Amino acid sequence: MIPLLTAQAVAFWVFAVLAVAAALGLVLSRKPVHSALCLAAVMVCLACLYASLDAPFLFVAQIIVYTGAVMMLFVFTMMIIGVDSVDAMVETIKGQRIAATIGAAALLVLLVLAVGHGIITEPAGLDEAVGQAGNVRSLAYLVFGRYVFAFEATAALLITAALAAMVLSHGERLRKKERQKARAARRTREYAEQGVDPAPLPNPGVYARHNSADHPALLPDGSVAEGSVVPTLAARGVVVVDRGRLVAPNIVADETIRAVKDEQHGLLPGENELRDPGPAAAIAAAADSEAASGPAEAGENEEDER
Amino acid sequence: MNPNAYIILSAILLCIGLFGFMVRRNALIAFMSVELMLNAANLAMVTFSHVHGGLDGQIAAFFVMVVAAAEVVVGLAIIITIFRTRQSASVDDENLLKH
Repeated sequence: MIPLLTAQAVAFWVFAVLAVAAALGLVLSRKPVHSALCLAAVMVCLACLYASLDAPFLFVAQIIVYTGAVMMLFVFTMMIIGVDSVDAMVETIKGQRIAATIGAAALLVLLVLAVGHGIITEPAGLDEAVGQAGNVRSLAYLVFGRYVFAFEATAALLITAALAAMVLSHGERLRKKERQKARAARRTREYAEQGVDPAPLPNPGVYARHNSADHPALLPDGSVAEGSVVPTLAARGVVVVDRGRLVAPNIVADETIRAVKDEQHGLLPGENELRDPGPAAAIAAAADSEAASGPAEAGENEEDER
Repeated sequence: MNPNAYIILSAILLCIGLFGFMVRRNALIAFMSVELMLNAANLAMVTFSHVHGGLDGQIAAFFVMVVAAAEVVVGLAIIITIFRTRQSASVDDENLLKH
């Protein structure tokens, strides 16, 4: 005889296996982010199991509340505390891990033996309880009828919790915030006393190869501006410190511009060879002659106008 | 479909959560294990609601969800506060009340 395979059974066996695997992943993975991902998977599996148990409202609420709100809070906290913090696997209490394993296994055996076969009647199903009204409407009748005081109490609880979270995570400002006037005064004073440049600091990557946050800016004289990168990045050691790598594109660009300038100003092929002191001196000489001829040309123009 | 299977799954998830809560030293993961245990209890309640043909089990699961959400908010705020003062999220470092 072929056993009757209902959609509920298929859903149960698929999602039960997934839920147990994800729960084990939650407990055993070393990085908190992996644990959070596994927890989200457990929540979705449980939501589908609720759906297989005729609880469509809880199915939706589970996904919205847990995988939406609660997991978002967890991941935010993880972001504050540090995603990379790997759990220390040192046992502080000797033999605790073995004891915990034995204890959990013993509880599992106890629960399975005690209540694992406790249901001997066929499930009654929710058709009679729900009736014509539908799941959500029947739940609403109960929540706003028989359980209305509990519902009001949860409202008070939620407001208290939100207030408590704000009070707990509020950080008191230790120093007064520096306004624009005070900042200007401080910069001027530092310039007078220590010679610190009073101008605003350059952004990362100004004149350098990239404008990404880990490339310090170059000052006009070609030196590296240390203050232009975030100190946190510098402490982590991801900032590009090799000055040659930062300056290299500028040197290439300078040479290209010089070559194009030579072309534009009508140096004939072979003319460079005629100038014996080398191209750099020739350019300098050309610049000098331009500077010398500038006023003369201006004078000619004036004469023309007369 | 035998409803006992749901109860056994609920027991398995509860024990995994209990194990994680006792073994893991990271406060966040211990907290997630507590969430897992709450959800295992929810599954049992929804199953019994299905077996007995009443909606009260689903209502109880709904209230557990609400209380769990409030608990997560306050618990995570406490973890952040402790992290600010101790620069650590490990449950071994919270020993100020011990001495």
